[in-house]
Amino acid sequence: MSVSKPISKASSASSSNSNKGAVQSKTSMGDRFRSYRLHHRTSFLDSFRRLISTPIQTLMTSLVVAIALALPVTLLLALDNINTLGSSWDSKPKISIYLNVRAKQRAIDQLLESLEAYPEVDSVHYLSPEDALADFQMFSGFGGALDALEQNPLPPTIVISPAGIAIASDDLEALAQRIETESIVEEVSLDMDWVRRLQEIMILGQKVVLALATLLAMGVLLAIGNTIRLAIENRREEILVSKLVGGTDGFVRRPFLYSGGWYGLFGGVMACIIVLVGYSIIEPSVERLASLYQSEFELRGLGVALVFQLLILSSVLGWLGSWIAVGRHLSHIEPK
Amino acid sequence: MISFNQVSKRYESGQEALLGVSFEIAAGEMVFLTGHSGAGKSTLMKLIMLMERATTGQVLVGGRNLNRLSRRQVPYHRREVGVVFQNHQLLFDRSVFENVALPLQIAGYQSRDVGRRVRAALDKVGLLNKEKHNPITLSGGEQQRVGIARAVVNKPPVLLADEPTGNLDPELSKEIMDLFLQFNAVGVTTLIASHDLNLVKKINRRVLSLDHGQIAHDGPWV
Repeated sequence: MSVSKPISKASSASSSNSNKGAVQSKTSMGDRFRSYRLHHRTSFLDSFRRLISTPIQTLMTSLVVAIALALPVTLLLALDNINTLGSSWDSKPKISIYLNVRAKQRAIDQLLESLEAYPEVDSVHYLSPEDALADFQMFSGFGGALDALEQNPLPPTIVISPAGIAIASDDLEALAQRIETESIVEEVSLDMDWVRRLQEIMILGQKVVLALATLLAMGVLLAIGNTIRLAIENRREEILVSKLVGGTDGFVRRPFLYSGGWYGLFGGVMACIIVLVGYSIIEPSVERLASLYQSEFELRGLGVALVFQLLILSSVLGWLGSWIAVGRHLSHIEPK
Repeated sequence: MISFNQVSKRYESGQEALLGVSFEIAAGEMVFLTGHSGAGKSTLMKLIMLMERATTGQVLVGGRNLNRLSRRQVPYHRREVGVVFQNHQLLFDRSVFENVALPLQIAGYQSRDVGRRVRAALDKVGLLNKEKHNPITLSGGEQQRVGIARAVVNKPPVLLADEPTGNLDPELSKEIMDLFLQFNAVGVTTLIASHDLNLVKKINRRVLSLDHGQIAHDGPWV
């Protein structure tokens, strides 16, 4: 199939016998697709070689990208660690249900069963008045005073843990209210102020990091865009000649897009290195500190998945930054 | 092969470069374009390869109405028109071979075809032994021959040359013209803008003469 209009079909008198030349330079769809693939491969490798051949320039641009990426990644990791630290402190809010002291064991068993069936409830723990007294004597230091009492003043208690920290505080409140309607329940206590505060702080922190990351990503776009703009200027002649001998916009654009992608990728790799070096500096101190607190806490670093995400993101950012620059500057370069 | 019908070109500056130009060039013909500087020779060439578009009138190349070609189609049209420039437009950051290979890479030839065709083109212009040189190390005549090799490597049906001998001495100019005659002999429609009237006279082909944007003469050299 001929992509260009077959010259032999022309109505013009002058070209009625002129199909000879056109046949020579006909391009088929297959050819075009092959040429497209081939040029992608060439651009991919050529742009890499070009970047390697100007190491200082490449290093500078990549370093700007790396720093802009390493900062939000570090903050995200810090947040992540605070989060795990919070959950290892047993941050799950617990609901304590105090039952009527005269409640029958059968009624209590029924309530326990129905509580276990709630989807919001993860675990149910029953504390009989005797257990509660024993606990109290052991931990409170009022053991002697309690002995003086004739009757056990403590009510039977049920402690439930909601399913997962993800459960919203409003839902917890609703759950507590529902339990309160049970006849043998005297009081439901839901102490979760500090959990709520932690959650709010985490949400705030995430928002701040996100805003910062967005700003820095724009910085990455601009930095790469500027580098690509200079590259376009440097290769002006080549672009002109390519357009003169039939290079499409895509053909001219492609090497620059790949360059942008490479800058992004290099920046991403360097950002990973920066974060890993930082981690290896901080990690021993955190470990010593944790052991002083008899904590099992382990500082979480960059996982493989996160590294991959970061590299993909940085390459895409580079590609995009280049796209913006190319869109703005390439169309101005037309042979005159 | 090339047809102009009442073509005018007015630049944004207000300059009228062409005024109602009409002519036909048949396939396989060789035509010289002459005229004083500023007569519209370059503009006419630019219209054929879509570096400029006609303000009014129709330009047909190979039966295609260039007015109707969209921006996206322009590159594919240019692949069918080989162009030799006075300043040869070579790239000095790569070898002679790579310069000549560029149109083929753009058109997506496989690398073994590229090698074969580039060497054939360089052989034709007598520069096969210089393929690894940087064009900046070549003489003016040699550089022009590299430019010609690049223009014909893709075997375009139409070959344009804008003052191809502008900077060359008469002997080199003759060599260059002989090359164009050879390409024309194998059926390539050739249009050469030149002010080298002695050479035009010697070769004795059809001459289109422009004067202030209008055709002053069309026919054999007189």
